[in-house]
Amino acid sequence: MHPAPSVIFFSVFSGLGFGLLFWLGLGWPSPTGVVAFVFFAIAYVLAVGGLIASTFHLGRPERALKAFSQLKTSWLSREAICAVAALLLMAVYGAGAVFLDQHWRIIGVLGGLLSLGTVFTTSMIYAQLKTVPRWNMPLTPLNFLSLSVAGGALLAGQVTWALWLILMAGAVQFATWIIGDTRFAASGTTLATATQLGQIGSVRAFEPPHTGTNYLLREFVYVIGRKHAFKLRVIALLLICVLPLILLLVPFSHAAGGLAVLAHVAGVLTARWLFFAQAEHVVGLYYGKR
Amino acid sequence: MTELPQATQKKLGLVIDLDTCVGCHACVISCKGWNTENYGAPLSDQDAYGADPSGTFLNRVHSYEVQPDTGPAQLFHFPKSCLHCEDAPCVTVCPTGASYKRAEDGIVLVNESDCIGCGLCAWACPYGARELDQAAGVMKKCTLCVDRIYNDNLPEEDRIPACVRTCPSGARHFGDLGDPDSDVSQLVVARGGVDLMPEQGTKPVNKYLPPRPKDQMPEIDVLAPFLAPIDQEPKGFLGWLDRTLDKI
Repeated sequence: MHPAPSVIFFSVFSGLGFGLLFWLGLGWPSPTGVVAFVFFAIAYVLAVGGLIASTFHLGRPERALKAFSQLKTSWLSREAICAVAALLLMAVYGAGAVFLDQHWRIIGVLGGLLSLGTVFTTSMIYAQLKTVPRWNMPLTPLNFLSLSVAGGALLAGQVTWALWLILMAGAVQFATWIIGDTRFAASGTTLATATQLGQIGSVRAFEPPHTGTNYLLREFVYVIGRKHAFKLRVIALLLICVLPLILLLVPFSHAAGGLAVLAHVAGVLTARWLFFAQAEHVVGLYYGKR
Repeated sequence: MTELPQATQKKLGLVIDLDTCVGCHACVISCKGWNTENYGAPLSDQDAYGADPSGTFLNRVHSYEVQPDTGPAQLFHFPKSCLHCEDAPCVTVCPTGASYKRAEDGIVLVNESDCIGCGLCAWACPYGARELDQAAGVMKKCTLCVDRIYNDNLPEEDRIPACVRTCPSGARHFGDLGDPDSDVSQLVVARGGVDLMPEQGTKPVNKYLPPRPKDQMPEIDVLAPFLAPIDQEPKGFLGWLDRTLDKI
């Protein structure tokens, strides 16, 4: 799949922002006044910035509001509704914390859970696609959720939680790669089932429909950079997991904490790039490509 | 709107005969022509006369080489367009309700004025039947020529999809696959029509007729190469010409 920068930035930063909102909503930490303002500002810049980035890949962004209409069937619609609901509730909760020194517990918990729900609905947009076997498994939402909650804990300064959650997110990320590698073969879709010519013999794509490229090949058959996948996986895991863990275990300083956040985010960006670049759509089979 | 209908009154679709298709791409051209000149946003091309041309097509013809266990390889031409699936995954993912499957005839369509061009329906389609038009920014797909098949302004013989109307080898058939007595349904039964990627669970309406077994070459008499060829010398005018030219 084509790794569109807008979608990578959207999913990584909104994941982090909603992860932070989750922790703020639960009341860990429970800042008030200026400190609360800074926390909520960071969370909203990440979450809303990510949402705005996601509209850049639309063909007709001016009609984006129509995407709120299909709650019943579409995960993309559910994501849009969940995100707006979470942002509205957390704005009320945040206003209470910043201006009134109040923590309205029920609103906060509800907003926190909706924040997590937003990350879940985002992940289901990918996990629902049978056409991309690598994504079509329960580990995909687990991967998105664990990274979001771990990154949120890191931003929220919940060091003990962050330590364990980062370790868990790293383990889930590793499992996502290893099991994801087997998914295309397990899907049973081959050029033989795609053409139904397999009964006659072994099928080979002889001529593509056109001499040039097309939308399908640009969007679904992206092979650049796959040869570095192993190295990038090692780098991603070091940045997501190992480096932040070391920085959190040394005596706490804001510099070390900040560095841990930067490393973690760089790692998640790398992993998310691989999430797209390594994903193979079954339509590639028709072109003799994966 | 993006809920799929429980059942459709008709299941209009295509039956494509892989035995008969000669790979001339006439269906591709007639499809592009009709759907550029008529309903909806035109099918645009980018850099059409330049070094790197590409464009939107609703129908594309692939070619596959199949190598049997014995004997020479065989070449098949493989037209592919929207299969108007009963369980169309492209419809349910649509966040705006622009994509829908009609309850009356099962045609899967895009309401272009509602499409935001997110591309998710193209992601959900295993067949590559949907393409985002780069000029209009909206999703394009086969409409089964919905503006032809019900069009009373056209002569009756033209009230079929453009690809079917134009196919010179009779490899494309149009009809109601929900009616077991229709010509297309009978054809599917007679020729063992199949679904593409059945494991994807899309239940496509369009069916593909697999190629019939190739004729076997009859055994040639082992003495044949030793027989004296007959009619070596041309006769009549050609014979005269041959002799005359030899003399010059």
